[in-house]
Amino acid sequence: METAGSDPKRPGNPLWLLAEITYKCPLHCVFCYNPTDYTSYGPELNTDEWLKVLREGRELGCTQLGFSGGEPLMRDDLEVLIAEARKLGYYTNLITSGVGLTEKRIAAFKEGGLDHIQLSFQDSTREMNDWLSSTKTFELKKRVAELIQKYDYPMVFNCVLHRHNIDHTQQILEMAEQLGAEYVELANTQYYAWAFENRDQLLPSRDQLQRAEEVTNRFRERVGDKMKVYFVVPDYHSTRPKACMNGWGSLFITVTSDGVVLPCHEARMLPGLTFPNAREHDLKWIWYDSPGFNAYRGDAWMQEPCRTCPEKEKDFGGCRCQAYMLTGDARNADPVCDLSPHHHLITEAVEKADRPTLPPNVKPIVFRDDRNSRLLSAKKTDTTPVT
Amino acid sequence: MGQPQRVAFDHDAPIEIAKYYRFQWEPAQNCHVILYPEGMVKLPGSSGEIMKRVDGTRSLNGIITELEQQFPGVDLRADVVDFLEVAHGNGWIRPKAPR
Repeated sequence: METAGSDPKRPGNPLWLLAEITYKCPLHCVFCYNPTDYTSYGPELNTDEWLKVLREGRELGCTQLGFSGGEPLMRDDLEVLIAEARKLGYYTNLITSGVGLTEKRIAAFKEGGLDHIQLSFQDSTREMNDWLSSTKTFELKKRVAELIQKYDYPMVFNCVLHRHNIDHTQQILEMAEQLGAEYVELANTQYYAWAFENRDQLLPSRDQLQRAEEVTNRFRERVGDKMKVYFVVPDYHSTRPKACMNGWGSLFITVTSDGVVLPCHEARMLPGLTFPNAREHDLKWIWYDSPGFNAYRGDAWMQEPCRTCPEKEKDFGGCRCQAYMLTGDARNADPVCDLSPHHHLITEAVEKADRPTLPPNVKPIVFRDDRNSRLLSAKKTDTTPVT
Repeated sequence: MGQPQRVAFDHDAPIEIAKYYRFQWEPAQNCHVILYPEGMVKLPGSSGEIMKRVDGTRSLNGIITELEQQFPGVDLRADVVDFLEVAHGNGWIRPKAPR
């Protein structure tokens, strides 16, 4: 990506604004990437504050806008935000489970100029193992899919895969086909936040992954051009890290429900950084000048093996949050990289996952809900060193 | 996006921006762009000028005639055909859908 202006050190403008407008959600997904301590956050930005964020993001040069959450439909001013975003010239994307989508609302979104809807396949119940066969799930998705088609949106489905549903990949794809999907993303869980809490329960074995890929390839052959199916491999099964966010503070800017502005939706977990609030600063200052956004730009922060690695321009040393979560230091190489001295942390987790059954003492699943969030927030406060 | 794939189409039929794509002037990039789900392509200079005329009323030949009137003495045909066939191959434009 080219950098604007004559100063080679000055980053280019962001292109993506992710608006996590609320952390309220009717679902309790165990793989959720929302922060586990969301119940300890301040009040949500109000409508006017979000409108200010949208204007500033557009002035900064963002063209893609994602309304996400939580479940963004939980905000009853979503119609207002969408209409203003479209007027400002954003390409507007709604990332939703569809729970709460009525014809009245989708008609208003269309009228306001919403460009795109990504519907996620998630369960609305806690019975994870049988959710695929649950009529309730199918009926909900069917109703929402009909609305999406009626209002002339492309059918874009996303399903998060993990140990307990990956063996149903065939069924998932068939359900998507029945619902008229044009694009399907089978995204393996990324192990952050709630998913990290549940990692030992959710990480699939290598065999499971291989079978799911085979099923996907056969399905692709059968449907041809009718459906585009993307299969995103979990990074734990790789030996090179992902180019996380295409580099820190290079393209993406996330604004959380309470106004905190982040270079990625997980970055708030990193110690020693304070991220500014959109209530107090404008996005331009935050993007170009705030210490948080400059913390991991470029490569001056890198340690070995990244510092002298010929691939550092390609993957930027991977993910700062993953490095921090697994090694305790965000400047370390992402342990997914097999050049990292901490790579054994990844291979050990995968080896555990390769065992045919989970050990009896495996940590029980933690569902994403307010009660568990409060428990985890309290735990986090307890273990934060006093400085 | 891979290698641009040229796909031919009727040069006398009206063409339009394809569904789910949006063409607009982008001040921050100082050029025209095509926006689509999760992506953007910059169309600087003449490519933006050509795309500006893809509006569901003009055909490829119509666009060439118009550009030749505006820039007399310049042979634009090959460039316009190249660009629009690549744009078609990328799915950005299509023959105007019947109403």
